[in-house]
Amino acid sequence: MSLFSSKNMKLLRDPLGDSNPITVQVLGICSALAVTAKLEPAVVMAISVMAVMAFSNVLISMLRNTVPNRIRIIVQLVIIAALVILVDQVLKAFVYDVSKQLSVFVGLIITNCIIMGRLEAFALGNKPWPSFLDGIGNAAGYGIILIIVAFFRELLGSGTVWGMEVFGHKSADVAESTGLYSVGYVDNGLMILPPMALITVGIIIWVQRSRSKNLIESN
Amino acid sequence: MKALRRYLDKIKPNFEKGGKLYKFKSVFEGFETFLFVPNKTTFTGSHVRDAIDMKRTMIIVVMALMPAMLFGMWNVGYQHYTALGLEETLPLTFWYGFLKVLPLILVSYIVGLGIEFAFAQIRGHEINEGFLVSGMLIPLIVPVTIPLWMVAVATAFAVIIGKEVFGGTGMNIVNPALTARAFLFFAYPKQMSGEIWVSGLEGEKLVDGYSGATAMAQATTTIDMNKSLEVAKQVGDSDLVSSLQSQIGATIDGLPSAYDAFMGWIPGSIGETSTLAILLGAIVLIFTGIGSLRIMLSVFAGGFLMGLLLNAVAVNPYMEIDAYYHLLIGGFAFGAVFMATDPVTASQTARGKIIYGFLIGVIAVIIRVLNPAYPEGMMLAILLMNVFAPLIDHYVVQGNIKRRLKRAKA
Repeated sequence: MSLFSSKNMKLLRDPLGDSNPITVQVLGICSALAVTAKLEPAVVMAISVMAVMAFSNVLISMLRNTVPNRIRIIVQLVIIAALVILVDQVLKAFVYDVSKQLSVFVGLIITNCIIMGRLEAFALGNKPWPSFLDGIGNAAGYGIILIIVAFFRELLGSGTVWGMEVFGHKSADVAESTGLYSVGYVDNGLMILPPMALITVGIIIWVQRSRSKNLIESN
Repeated sequence: MKALRRYLDKIKPNFEKGGKLYKFKSVFEGFETFLFVPNKTTFTGSHVRDAIDMKRTMIIVVMALMPAMLFGMWNVGYQHYTALGLEETLPLTFWYGFLKVLPLILVSYIVGLGIEFAFAQIRGHEINEGFLVSGMLIPLIVPVTIPLWMVAVATAFAVIIGKEVFGGTGMNIVNPALTARAFLFFAYPKQMSGEIWVSGLEGEKLVDGYSGATAMAQATTTIDMNKSLEVAKQVGDSDLVSSLQSQIGATIDGLPSAYDAFMGWIPGSIGETSTLAILLGAIVLIFTGIGSLRIMLSVFAGGFLMGLLLNAVAVNPYMEIDAYYHLLIGGFAFGAVFMATDPVTASQTARGKIIYGFLIGVIAVIIRVLNPAYPEGMMLAILLMNVFAPLIDHYVVQGNIKRRLKRAKA
């Protein structure tokens, strides 16, 4: 079987759409709420999760025939934890500021249900290469939602995109503000608060479900 | 009227199935039934007929809101002229307020109804009147100084997230008007803090010592002051202690008198200041059987008893405020009469209504007095109990079933 057969590509593509881990399976919501107030930490988080997920999937897939069934969960945890610590160290070394913003949530990747879910559901029963693609695909599905949510939260909550002022400069004195702020626009404080992340995810689910025919439930 | 009827009949075929404007059928029907009593009759089965339908219900609530709204308009003008140290005639005062409040009402209705119409079209539903009341409530529970675009955003949020995602009128979990206010409160805290809620003061010369703060905002500041006082006492800084004590005393003394708060000529959100006007509305609601007397009374009872309880504990000056005073200031009366009684989001069972109302009163006063970050507890208390209302009903119904089973066995 070729490396990029249509079956393998499906592993990459599906999690972006009809089996998205966040909007369809509704997993990994906690970190989606916590790190999406700004775009930069969300992107870093998405990349971190992708690294952890792809490599833990590969490792578990390679060990799948040797790990005794009864202790598989603890083995998975050890592997995920080791990878998360690696990622955490890399973040601290290269993007210290973002790492500080993400605080405990990098460590909490260990408890991200998507990762455990994919290990249990996929890597334990498949070869390393498809497992790798599955990890990348699901992490991308997770990451893309994180980035969409973070984009809107940062844009409407802080008036910036990746730290750049989109709506003009705001200052305490209206006379010194520029752009939209000079005509009375005010950032929406609710967007910064976690509940709005939940509502944004909800709206994405709503849009996705009304567009995708496969997801419309009959009742 | 006849001409109007003829005109409607003339254009009606366009909106029937197969007509060129069929896709706007629900809009047409909405307007037609708004203007005339529907002439539809059912063909099968027997139906209980009643003079009251949703449209009438909504119109009665809007009528009950009129005293509070008209008074609110006058009060907007009165506060404005008082702040500038002027005395104006009644019509002029009212006119000033009318011009300030009307845009808020228009924005709320246009945005809200626009979204409702759009959803009705997309879903192929009939347009219903659910927004008539919400659209009136939203302008009455915001300060007059709020920018119009914020009202528009909040209304859109409330109608879409508070109502339409759950399936529209009658399916919502929380009160849409309060959802709009909660949205404003958390999204634009500066505009909703209650510090200056009097319109048209920018660049004007104000009366000496004029603050413009609402009673709730003033009272809330004492919570923080009291905390500093405790610290100062521990440190033993006697100057600071005495200055803080006199500050707290002055703030509490500076609160409007119970009579002023009852009559309503104090700063506040547009419709909520006058307890008297709200009670007039309450009479209409109770008399027509639309608002639940049970809920109103239990909200007041809950707030009053919690006030008494706080009086008994009284570790800070805010707690020592007379229990009945809590019922007069802020949105307490407005919430109790118009918000808590919302038939969709309130408890449905008789006993459930009492528990629901009582807890609203209790929680509202707790939030007010104990949490300095939230000056007005009524909004949060009602939203919280909205969420719990089905649970209360569930246990009331289950309790009833158990009791009857027991009786049947005995």
